[in-house]
Amino acid sequence: MSQVKEGLLYSESHEWVRMDGNVAIIGVSDFAQSEMGDITYVDMPDEGDALEQGEDFGALESVKASSELYAPVSGTVVACNTELESAPELINKDPYAAWIIKVEISDKAQLAALMSAAAYAAKIGA
Amino acid sequence: METLKVTPLHEAHLALGAKMSPFAGYDMPISYSGIVDEHNAVRTSAGVFDVSHMGEIEVGGSGAEAFVNHIFTNDVRGMQPGHILYGMMLYPDGGVVDDLLVYRLFSQDPSYLLVVNASNIEKDFDWMRTHAEGFDLSLRNRSEQWGQIALQGPDSEKILAEVLGIKEGEALRFYTFVQIFWRGDPLLLSRTGYTGEDGFELYTTPSSTQLLWKTLVDAGVKPCGLGCRDTLRFEAGMPLYGHELSEEISPVMAGLSVFCKLDKPEFIGREALAAQKAQGTPRKLVGMELQDNAVPRAGYPVELEDGTPVGVVTTGYHSLSLDKSLCFALVDSGYSALGTPLWIHIRRHSFPGTVVRKNFYKTNYKK
Repeated sequence: MSQVKEGLLYSESHEWVRMDGNVAIIGVSDFAQSEMGDITYVDMPDEGDALEQGEDFGALESVKASSELYAPVSGTVVACNTELESAPELINKDPYAAWIIKVEISDKAQLAALMSAAAYAAKIGA
Repeated sequence: METLKVTPLHEAHLALGAKMSPFAGYDMPISYSGIVDEHNAVRTSAGVFDVSHMGEIEVGGSGAEAFVNHIFTNDVRGMQPGHILYGMMLYPDGGVVDDLLVYRLFSQDPSYLLVVNASNIEKDFDWMRTHAEGFDLSLRNRSEQWGQIALQGPDSEKILAEVLGIKEGEALRFYTFVQIFWRGDPLLLSRTGYTGEDGFELYTTPSSTQLLWKTLVDAGVKPCGLGCRDTLRFEAGMPLYGHELSEEISPVMAGLSVFCKLDKPEFIGREALAAQKAQGTPRKLVGMELQDNAVPRAGYPVELEDGTPVGVVTTGYHSLSLDKSLCFALVDSGYSALGTPLWIHIRRHSFPGTVVRKNFYKTNYKK
């Protein structure tokens, strides 16, 4: 059974968001990593890239497939988790600690489009 | 929606909790414990695959040898009983109907078992019937009567003897087979595979297929799905029909001319292949290695540094045994030389790579 961490916001496409002031820390849910299987590569944007909510900003690669990552909010990429370049399996091990990017958000109202942990758990049947 | 077919092992796969997916009209296991785990088991010890979806067509009659040699690129004349040849059936233009194994059976007059891809069984059988005119033949599609499992990996020979009690494996050379009985049922034991490792393929009745599978899995041999079957064959440089061979990709383009005997007086597609060999083909299949860990997938464009398209990826993985991003790609022949720098467009970026040999992984055949 997939774990859903309390206190985070979730997108329809299985990204999680943790707010730290004006910065959204973004990763993927336990459900997403378990569906993917062993992750072998994380394709990340560059710092300074502007993202639109819903736009693909990168991808996770497993042995068999690649799965796009979608920006849960609009904003500017201020950090990428470079640790994942050499250790993409950290996402499998602890998807809620292995953040992927940090985005300085341009419109906090967009957070209203995301789900609570309870709503996300209901969606995935956790 | 068309109903998916199942193999004799379908219930066993579900009981093991396999991740299932449609493949070639069958509901097939993709993985059980995970592709990485299964892949590594085959490379280091052993694994067992359900390949019952593969097609088996028997060819007999006094015209069998002439007929098989007419539709098959390799040369079956003088084949000894118990020997196996790989090759293709071609269209007259050199495009590939299918790639297959031909088994010369233990009969006085030459008769053969043709093992074909699951996705092509009907097409192949129709093709054979269409070209059977003028030959004294019996042509039988036995695909539903045969189950097949593949036992692959360096420990296969030992497992065959110790777990299944089959001693005949030890004396078998690569690409040869014997016909034996196992627990009362006829069994064709073949030293072949699609992984780049030593191993065996066992063809028998559906009920004995179930018993073989259960005996192996109960003894701790790792069940392996089609997911790692593809990563293993890819590393070993082997083509998959529909990716590296197709109606558009001839064996000459795919670098498989060695399996096409142009010195035979005649076979379907011979003239076209001879012309392709003489004049060259516009595109060729190459291996590529990327500098980055981004993963090239089938269909991604191959480019020059300035973005000019020169080809397309046919299969790609981040290789589990070699820890590199590798692919097969069909590229304009002018860019097919070893060492040529080429780029692959993956999502928003172009990643640099180099043309390398297609057999990425050094195969470990025993005999």
